[in-house]
This record gives sequence, C-alpha cells and structure tokens, in this order.
Amino acid sequence: MAEHEHAESGGESRLQKTRRAFVRLMLSAVGAAYAGLIAYPIYRFLGAPARRAEGMAAVTQVTVQDGERLRANEAKMFRFGTRPAMLIHHADNTWVAFDAVCTHLGCTVQFQADKQRIHCACHGGTYDMHTGRNIGGPPPKPLKAYKVEMKDGQVVVSRA
Amino acid sequence: MAKWLSRAPRLAAVGAYRWVDERLGLGEVLGYARQKSVPLHKHSYWYYWGGVSLFFFLVQGVSGVLLLVYYRPGAEAYNSVREITFDLDFGWLIRSTHSWSSNLMILSVFIHMFSVFFMKAYRKPREFGWWSGLALLGLTLFLGFSGYLLPMDDLAYFATKVGLEIPRKLPVIGPAVVDMLRGGAEVSEVTIQRFFALHVVVLPFFFIFILGFHLWLVQRHGNAVPPSEEAVPESERHSIPFFPNFFAKDLAMWLIALNVLAILAALFPWQLGPQADTLTPAPAGIHPEWYFMSQFEVLKLFGRWFPGAAGEILGILFFTVGGLLWALIPLYDKSSQRAMRARTTTWLGYIVLVGLIGLTILGYFDLD
Repeated sequence: MAEHEHAESGGESRLQKTRRAFVRLMLSAVGAAYAGLIAYPIYRFLGAPARRAEGMAAVTQVTVQDGERLRANEAKMFRFGTRPAMLIHHADNTWVAFDAVCTHLGCTVQFQADKQRIHCACHGGTYDMHTGRNIGGPPPKPLKAYKVEMKDGQVVVSRA
Repeated sequence: MAKWLSRAPRLAAVGAYRWVDERLGLGEVLGYARQKSVPLHKHSYWYYWGGVSLFFFLVQGVSGVLLLVYYRPGAEAYNSVREITFDLDFGWLIRSTHSWSSNLMILSVFIHMFSVFFMKAYRKPREFGWWSGLALLGLTLFLGFSGYLLPMDDLAYFATKVGLEIPRKLPVIGPAVVDMLRGGAEVSEVTIQRFFALHVVVLPFFFIFILGFHLWLVQRHGNAVPPSEEAVPESERHSIPFFPNFFAKDLAMWLIALNVLAILAALFPWQLGPQADTLTPAPAGIHPEWYFMSQFEVLKLFGRWFPGAAGEILGILFFTVGGLLWALIPLYDKSSQRAMRARTTTWLGYIVLVGLIGLTILGYFDLD
C-alpha cells in the first residue's frame, strides 16, 4: 500500500482520494438519514390537522339546517365540509348555493340584497348572484356553484 | 462549459462566504476555535458532560416548541396531552422525547457537576463557573418540577400537591411563596396556567441567560485540569485543538446521546395516567421522580426520627445547609487551591455522591 500511496507525484494518491471521497459520501448519507428520521415525524406531527381537514373537506352533500325557512331575497351562510358556503333564496323562488370564498384572495363574500349582487369587502370584487360569475373587481374566476335540491322539505346542497 | 457549470455552485458558496466573512469576521471566530486547545489526560472523558447536558437542553427546546403547538394550558390541559399522545401522528414520540430528554438532561447535569467537583474545577478563577452551574442545576430541577404538572394526570397532580406542601413547612415565607406558586388553596387549572408560564417562558429565559454566562466563562478560562494533571510537568502534558479535533469528539458524544434518547423514547414511550381528580385517592406506591427521591427519603427518615413538624423542618434544614456547604466549597477548600491533592475534599465528594445514590435507592425500597 505504501508503494501505491506515493505512486503519483505530489499530493494524495488515487487510493487516498477515493477513500476520502468514500468516507465523505458515507458520512453525508448517514447524516441525511438522521436528518430525514428526525424531520419526518416532525412533518407528520405538524401536518396532522391539515390532513384531518382534508378528510372533512371530502364531504359531498350537506343538509342546510333551517334552510327551508329562508325567506325570498335573503341568503344564509353554512359550512360545506370545512369551507364557508352561501345559500340564496331568490325573489323568483329559485334557490342557488355557492362556495363563499372569494376567488381573488380568499375572503368570505356576502350577499347584498339591495344591490342584487354578491360582494367581497376585502378588495371590492363582485359576482353575479344567480350564476356566481365574476362581474367586477379583481376576482379571476367565478364562485363555484353547488347543486340545490328540496328533499322531504329540507334544503340539500351537493357538489355539482 | 460543463466543467465551468459543475464548479459554479462551489464558486458561489466561496463567494457568499467571503461576502459574509468580510462583514462579520467569521475567520476570526474559526481561528480562535482552532487556537483553543483542550487538555488531554486520563480524565479527559469527563469534559464531554457539559456538552451532553447542552445537547439535551437543545432537544428540550425543539421538542418543547413542538409540544407547544398543540398543548393547551388550563382546564383543557389533560385533554390536549391526550390528543398529542394518542390522536396526532408521532405526538407520542415527541412527548416521549421531551420526557426522556428531561431525565437524561438532569442525569448528565449531575454527572457534569460531580466531574467538575472531583477535578476541583471550581478553584480560582473558576468560582463563578461553579456557581452559575449550580444555578443552572436549580433551574433544571425547577423546569422538571413545573413541566411534570402540565399533563395534569393523577401522578402530575399528586406530585405537585406534595411538592408544594414541603416548602410550605418553611417558617414565615413558606406559606406565602407556596400560595403564590399555586394560585389558590388547591392545585387547579390556575396552577397549571402559572406553571406553564414558568416552564415555557420565565425559567427558559433565565436559563439561557445564565447558560450564556456559563459558556462565556468556559471560553475565558478554558478547561480546568485536575490536580493530578497539574502535578505533571508542563512539558509532559498533552492537549488537542478544540477545532476540529475536540469538536468532532463532542459531536460523536452528541450522536451517542441522540441514539440513547431515540431508543428510550421509541421503545419505552412515556405514559399518560388517568385524568387528575381531586376526589380520587392517591394511587398506592406513588413516589417522586428519581431526581427528587433522595430529598423525599430524607424527609421520610427525619419524619420517623423526629415526629411532628420538627421532622420536616429539620429535613429541609439538612438539605439547605448541605446545599449551601456544597455551593461554597470554592471558598473554603484551601488545600486544593494550592494545587495539592486535597483528599478531604475528594472524600467529601464521595460521601455526597454515595449518600445521594444510597438515599435514592433506599427511597425505592422504602415505598409502602
């Protein structure tokens, strides 16, 4: 081995170089394994509520409590899974429901009966109260519409 | 082209280092670390224990903050710890890590203290190192005591109740101090709330402050050598550079500490008892954690020898006077001061060490 080590003139031999590279690689691999073993439980621990919320968001149908008592030209907020949603009883006796989260930056929108529109107070976005289409201000997309049905005298909202 | 690309990250890293170095003088710090040396002799092994204590303290910081994410002090305390332990992914592991690490930290702090004592490292000019170390030990024990209540299971409840009754026996100040700590006549949600404030804000604040002072002193005075090594002529003594030699060994010790902690925390998960209930009698064989066992046993023995309130007061007095004598050792251990091998002091150390261990073991046999 001694012959080999001094085979190359000046500096380290190839054997020393490859040995050093090997040790460095192994140390990095072991270090990365430790970091992963510590980081993974922490990641799971901190992410637990978010995963639980995902489970709740998987809801496909909601019965709006006392929804049938909603008078014409009024709206009622309710929870669809984890998200706020809005049920509107229009003057022409049609019923619509929308996801009530503004498509701009996530504020909760409101129904304005006097102005006959859906409005977001944060940045002045407006939506059509019948279709949920974005008609003014910064929102880039329409509000997501749900399907509304009357079942046994109760308002049932489901994913369209 | 390809060669240039492969070199780019390295060049960028070197450039970034230079940029920061010019402004903060990182090179000086590193140069200082390289210059600093650690004495090498047959007792050098004991130099690692301060670092090991520091390691467990850092683990406590990280795992404590993680628990803080879900822990709710007050009336919901037990429920939130139950959620952490049984509902949240890996919550049991993080809680178990925090509990085991606290025990290992107390153990390594004790080892560190006795190694300092036997190496006579409290001698001039290191008296403040000894005193700040004892302050850190006191804070560590207080952190252990305050953290023990937070899950509010039956053991936590009774341990705190009993633990607070003892200082209450102190004349004049006892009742006032205890009522302030407990926030009422009984251990309740109010107590949890203030122990929580102590455990996560007040005590760590003072701890970090005193720890900074303690570490600064170590930098200032360097590692102490024991009298046996001082007897060796200067030319025959050995030392190794702090960086990278001792630093690498320190890291190896930290790795061992981490492995021991991981094995204990994963294979022996810390348990959660039933929720504390004031109407449920204390469970049979209830006893304090091992680090309070010797004090517990002393109080028990003194209570037998001197019935009534006298037993407790004498027991407390015994520990107070003993602690004070222990703290003041740098002031009256004059023979070690002259670099002689002070056998009397060494014997005193053995008596205290064997006494503490003996009383602790006796405590476990003395449970009814």
